[in-house]
Amino acid sequence: MFRPVVRLSTSGVRSLTRTRQCYSAPLASRCYSHAKVETDEEFDARWVTYFSKPDIDAWELKKGMNTLIGYDLVPEPKILDSALRACRRLNDLASAIRILEAVKDKSGPHKDIYPYLIQELQPTLIELGISTPEDLGMDIL
Amino acid sequence: MWTHILLKDKYCSVSSSLVFQMLHLTKGCVGCLLSRRAVLALTNSGARMSSHDHHEVSNNLDMSQPMYSDRLDTPLPDRPWKDVLDSTDKSLKQNEKGPWTALSKEEKITLYRLKFNHTYPEMKRPSHEWKTVIGGMFILFGITGLLSLNLLFFFSCVYPPQPHTFGEEWQAKQIQRMLDMRINPIEGFSAQWDYKNKQWK
Repeated sequence: MFRPVVRLSTSGVRSLTRTRQCYSAPLASRCYSHAKVETDEEFDARWVTYFSKPDIDAWELKKGMNTLIGYDLVPEPKILDSALRACRRLNDLASAIRILEAVKDKSGPHKDIYPYLIQELQPTLIELGISTPEDLGMDIL
Repeated sequence: MWTHILLKDKYCSVSSSLVFQMLHLTKGCVGCLLSRRAVLALTNSGARMSSHDHHEVSNNLDMSQPMYSDRLDTPLPDRPWKDVLDSTDKSLKQNEKGPWTALSKEEKITLYRLKFNHTYPEMKRPSHEWKTVIGGMFILFGITGLLSLNLLFFFSCVYPPQPHTFGEEWQAKQIQRMLDMRINPIEGFSAQWDYKNKQWK
């Protein structure tokens, strides 16, 4: 998962409100939130499952993609693969191309992420017959 | 204040009376320049407005229905760009249900353009708006400068007459009085005066 490092740290801010309870606690423990942090693999698996729904409908695809793009990360190839296959089930080539454009934009200044994603997705793109925006000449004005 | 710019003959008359006076007083090149710049700004904004594709330009834009939007953070908008398809588009949509490997590049581009208005590079294209903004800024600076400096130097009607104590003669007498009183004789005023040679040190 291409996440920024900051997200991996747990919330130390909450320790202010919990100082009372931890007064007699041993020095080693910290007053962090006890919520379980989702690992990267769990996150990926959740999203792959979301897009793998056999009877996914157009709204769910839209909602899923817009939410995913809203996160501060570039999705893993396996999530994108699942999303592209969902587009295939919905007979929506335009959305598939749009998804590729969106992840290229998400990588921002890191120009090496998008080629890596395309490289990983190449088998799927060939199988489903999805052309990249570059193939169609849509990556330039 | 500067809310409306109406084109009147060759000059721009603005609703503020101060500027109206100013324009008449300064006349000539300033007025022409303003009118040309205002026309430019107006046509610029007109061009900007027309370049936004209003899919349903008329008054019946139904905001309660899902709307299309080109946004970088929303790759799949609520509605496709083109809702009403003619027969060629409909047949293309039928082909879309088959294997996509059978579609040509042009067909794929057409399918994309049916669903979306701008591509991501088109959404991110630079605009010329900054020129209008900076230009407008400088125009306003110029108008303000002209106003304030004009009135200051040529019309002096903003300030009341100076007190009589500012006159040359009065000032000279005042300075002499201060020296006689030995104002600040150690570090300040009188310390700078050479009493022996009757001149400033």
